Parts: sequence; structure tokens; C-alpha cells
Amino acid sequence: MAKKPVQFRLNGDEKAVFAAEGENLLDVLRRGVGDLTPKFGCGQGTCGACTVIIDGEPRLSCITLAETVEGKAVSTVAGLADGARLHPLQDAFMRHFAAQCGYCTPGMLMAAKALLDRNPRPSREDVVDAISGNLCRCTGYEAIINAILDAASGASQNARRV
Amino acid sequence: MPVEMRKEFFANERDDNLNEIGKPTQRQDILGHVTGRSPFYDDHLFEGLLHMRCVRSPHHHARVRSIDISQAERMPGVKRVILARDVPRNLNTLLSLLDFGLDDEPLISEKKVSYKGEPVCAIVAESERAAREACEKVRVDWEPLPAVFDVEEAIKPGAPSVNEAYPTNLFVYHDKYDHQKLRYGDVEAAFARADHIIEGRYQMSPIEQAPMETCGAIAAPETNDRFVCYTSTQALFFSLGTAAKLLDVSSARLHFIGGTVGGGFGGKVDSLHEPMAILGAMLTGRPCKYMFDRVEEMQVGAPRGAERWYLKDGVTRDGRIVARKFTGYFDSGAYTRLSSYAIIKAVGHLPGPYTIPNVYADVYCVYTNRTPATAMRGFGITGVDFAIETHMDKVAHAVGMDPIELRILNSYRDGDMKAHRRLAKNTALVECCQVAAEKAHWQISAAARHATSLTGGGGERAQLPAHTATDQQGLVPGGRTGGYARSTKRKEPDFAARPPQPAAPMPAAPAPQRPAASIEPVPSAPPAPPVAPRAPARFSSSISGLRRR
Repeated sequence: MAKKPVQFRLNGDEKAVFAAEGENLLDVLRRGVGDLTPKFGCGQGTCGACTVIIDGEPRLSCITLAETVEGKAVSTVAGLADGARLHPLQDAFMRHFAAQCGYCTPGMLMAAKALLDRNPRPSREDVVDAISGNLCRCTGYEAIINAILDAASGASQNARRV
Repeated sequence: MPVEMRKEFFANERDDNLNEIGKPTQRQDILGHVTGRSPFYDDHLFEGLLHMRCVRSPHHHARVRSIDISQAERMPGVKRVILARDVPRNLNTLLSLLDFGLDDEPLISEKKVSYKGEPVCAIVAESERAAREACEKVRVDWEPLPAVFDVEEAIKPGAPSVNEAYPTNLFVYHDKYDHQKLRYGDVEAAFARADHIIEGRYQMSPIEQAPMETCGAIAAPETNDRFVCYTSTQALFFSLGTAAKLLDVSSARLHFIGGTVGGGFGGKVDSLHEPMAILGAMLTGRPCKYMFDRVEEMQVGAPRGAERWYLKDGVTRDGRIVARKFTGYFDSGAYTRLSSYAIIKAVGHLPGPYTIPNVYADVYCVYTNRTPATAMRGFGITGVDFAIETHMDKVAHAVGMDPIELRILNSYRDGDMKAHRRLAKNTALVECCQVAAEKAHWQISAAARHATSLTGGGGERAQLPAHTATDQQGLVPGGRTGGYARSTKRKEPDFAARPPQPAAPMPAAPAPQRPAASIEPVPSAPPAPPVAPRAPARFSSSISGLRRR
């Protein structure tokens, strides 16, 4: 099967990989460049576990063709912390017990980050809307919503060290 | 974050000088979760990883006339086509590790399938896509058979036989009965004296656990003649023992790594992926991944099984339940998996958190052509609790009582004898009812508000019934189940040098008696005579490792 070179920025770093025809971004991230933070949950764009940010927009990497990110900037949870310092969202997720099994968490965090990047003071409805494409089977969502609102309010400025 | 602790109940039993309870505690794995570094099984990368996909039955029940793999074998990227004959010991039941039940399920089926999605062939290929495309090229000649989807239809004479190990579609308990039995007191005598008889029929559909991470495992050869297996299992040693049995190797040659489960809720205990992935690694000498996609997780992955319950209560005019009779049917799907055990749990739980002096239950584990069922939260309890609590409301309505007060009146208290013949302690249903009423702004009487679990129990209520009516209805002649867990040490085979073996022989199946055609309990009927004299020489003592004391 023919492979095509794809170049993109991943969390600020230049990446160049060969992607098979029809290969999705999730597989290229996980197996091609070894970023295992986006998760496979459904492979059909319904669960949100594979959510990444592409040029500022939350996208489902399992239904994004790898070749379409040519020249674009892709962000994942692997780049969320600033070195050893956690992102306020990560800190808030910890303090609010917003993760149990942890499988939906990377996608949930990226959906939340995309929201806060464009709307730093979201309402509860904004938060619910932003994560409406991300399924969680453990928490019942309440803790996640509270964590995102808390992070937005700036209560997490003193983020802890990893 | 402060945690609300209710201090007003059981104040004298509380110890506030505790290190953990009552204090918020971070999960030990939370940092890995929020940084995306928690190691789920699929997060282990292997050079040269192969992918396994299965050819599955499109029918609920069918005979396999033939399987033609010639085209599939020639597809690009295909490394190995695996059939039933490649599985060293291709018949298992999960609880055989505890010597409970007959081996009834092949890892890969050969002659017959009994549920939609049952695998008959596995393909190991260089990519998932290559494996999928090769699966499409396997030609299976199916002969569809009549299927049965309803528990009560399945146990009628003439119903299609779903499970070859249990031809009448009923699991056999303790080598003796075609159902799990509970007899405590004499319900028929109590019904005759009761002011009201209240009956109900309740059922629960199957429920899919739907974990975010689909079930799967990755296996790879290690350099020390072992195989490593990264797995999503919820039951690591259970999966280890099951894989060792099916592959007929010493568990010392299997190196299982788990512990990070992307949601399980009970659905990751069936141990089907680990032996498949290891078999793929054994037969190819390369790392092999076997992972459900989402469609398989929903269609093939075992759900919480359906249940149907018939309840009959005898109640006095003032709302005391004096007798409760259950007839229950668990839909196990095509194979046993863990449903037999769920029923033992359910029956141990009866009649719910109430003190009722006469209790009777017959609960059947029934095979149908539905997806095999397995564990889910509250396994064995959730369905019957739904039935019991719905029935409590019906009883309250029938006797004209407030439903919460009816529960408080009949609630078990500390020191009461339960139907499983153990004294109740640390009971708290009364207090739960009071809190529920308060939270719901539901008015209850002063007497109900002042009731407590600590008083009113024991004494006469601690006594076993003076007389318990017993019977041998449902006695199964012949046959002894199990044997694997007690078998002598198996020799260690040299897997690579050994030719494929035929599937393990099907054990001789006992022939359960069909339950009475009417599932409605017959009032005051004398116990049915046993269908055959018991043959003591063929029975050992109870070998259920599940009835812990």
C-alpha cells in the first residue's frame, strides 16, 4: 500500500511520518510518532477519547485522515503540562476527582482546553456543550464539569509539580 | 473538599479516629490519568506487532458445514489463519478453575455456533486492515438452526438445544438440581394463613457495560521461553489460569501484566482475549494484538444478562410479609461464563433486606441463543433487587400502606435470622429509608421516623423456622461436574514441536429434569416427587468453591 509523507507540528515539535493511504491520525500519533495519550474508544467518532486539537479546534483523531494535518499544529495531552508544571485543567481534574479509569481523560482534557482557549470564562452550559461529544462511563460528568469550571475561574493557578 | 458524614446514626458505633475513612483521598493513579501516561494495555508498543481479527457467525444458531480458508491464506499480509483445531484444549468454562460447572465453550468454534458473533476462525496479519480484509475472504458454509431467545421458551420440551454440555438448556447445580434452591420455613402454609396474596412478574433486559476501552490483550514471545501478555482484564490471575488451561501450558510460562483497566464494570473478566493473543504469538513467534472494535464490544462482548422473576408474597392485614416465594430465570446466553455463580449470589441475597419467616426460591440458569452474559456491577443482585423493590411498592399499594413505612416495618434488624441461616448484623435499611424520605421531603409517621435497626431484632426473630418444607423437585440423575481444578498436574508440552490436537472431549452431560410447565408457583401444592432415585456413588460432596462461610 502506498505511503505518503506527512509533516506537522505536534505539541510544538516538528514531526515527519509516512502514513499509509487512508490511515487515520490516531494511528499515526500512537504508532507512527509514539504519542500514546489519545485513546481509541470507538473508531467511529462517537466517544471523544481520541480528541486532539488541530489548529485550535477540537478534532476526533480516529476519523481524521492523517494526510489532512499536513503543515498543521496538533496538540495532545502529552504537551499540556509546562515541563514539570501541570496545566490548570490537569490540576483541577485531580482535585475534583474528575477521573476514575482515566481512559476518557485525555480526550476530555483536550475538549476542555479547546473551550478555555477560545472562551476563558465559560458558563456551565458552555462546558456541558464543549464536552458533549466526550463519553465517560465512570464519573457521571459532574466532577468533570466542576473541574473545568474551577480551572476556568483561575483557582488552579498554583498548579502543582508533576 | 469536605465529605458530609452523617453523625446522627450509629453515633456510638462510630470511630472518628480513622486515617482514611471520611477523608478525601486521591487515586494513586490519578497523576498518570491527567497526564495521559497511565499504561493501558494498548499503550505498549511492539516492533512487528501483528493484529488478530475473527470471522464471526452472522447467525444466532447454526451448524458449520465447512470453512474454506484457502483464499484468506493467500491475502497480502496474512501470517496465520487459526481454526478450532489449533487450540490445544479447546473447551472451557471459566469457573472450572474452581471446579464449578462443565466445560461448555470453545475458544474458537468448529461444528456449531450458538450466538451471533461467535468466532469460528481467527486471522493474524501485518495490519488490522489486512486482517479484516482476509476475514472477508473466509468462506463459511452455514446451516442456520432454529434459535431461542426467551428463557421460558428455552426450557420447554422441544426447544432448540443451545449448549451441548447442557442439552436441556439448564445449568446443573451441585451435581444435583437443575436450579439453585432455597427453602426456609414453609411458604405454602404461610400463604394459607395470610390475609393478602400479592404476585408479580418482573424482568430486566441485558445491559452492556460499554467500557471506554474495548476488551483486548497483546501477547509477545519473551526470550526466556515465556510469553508476556498485556491485558485489560479485571481478573489477572483468573485470565492467567484460563489461558494456561486453554493453551495447555504451565502458567509459569505466561507473564501477565495488567492493572490499568480502561473501565470494566464487570465486562472484562471473561478471559477470551488473553488466550487468543497468546495463541497468535505462539503460532507466529511475533507480538500479537487481539482487540475488540466498538461493534464487537457491543455485539460480542458479554453484557449483564437478562433476568425474569416471579414473586409471590403472603402479607398480613397490617403489612407484615410472612412468606415470599421466588421463581427466577437468568438468561445466561449461549454459554455459562459466570451466570451460574451470579445465581448463587442472588439466592444468598433473598428475600432482600427484609425479615420474612418463610422464604422459597427456585432459580434457573438458562441457555438461550443470545450473547453469553457475564458480570456487571452488583452482579447477581441488581435484577432481583429491582424485582423485590418494585414488588414492595405493589405490596404497599395492595395493603394500603405508605411504601417507605412498609419497608421500615419489614426491614431486617440486628440479630435477625436471615434465610441463608446467618444472623444479620450492622443492618441499616431502616436508616436508609429514613434518609431517603427526608431527602425526598416524603412524610412518614413518627413511629417510622423513630424506628431503628438496633432495636426490635433478635429474640424470636433470631430463631430458625421450627419446620422447613423440603423437596427434591428438579433433581438431576447422574453425572458429576467439574474436575479440572482437581486434576493431577499436567505435563508441560513443547508447544512448537507438538502437532495440533483434537478438541477436548465433551464431558458426559447430566440430563436435567424440565421444570414444571407453569412457572407460576402453585399454592399449597405438595412437593413434587423426585424424578429418579439419587445415586449417591456418583456424587461427591459439594464442590462449589463459591459458597464461602
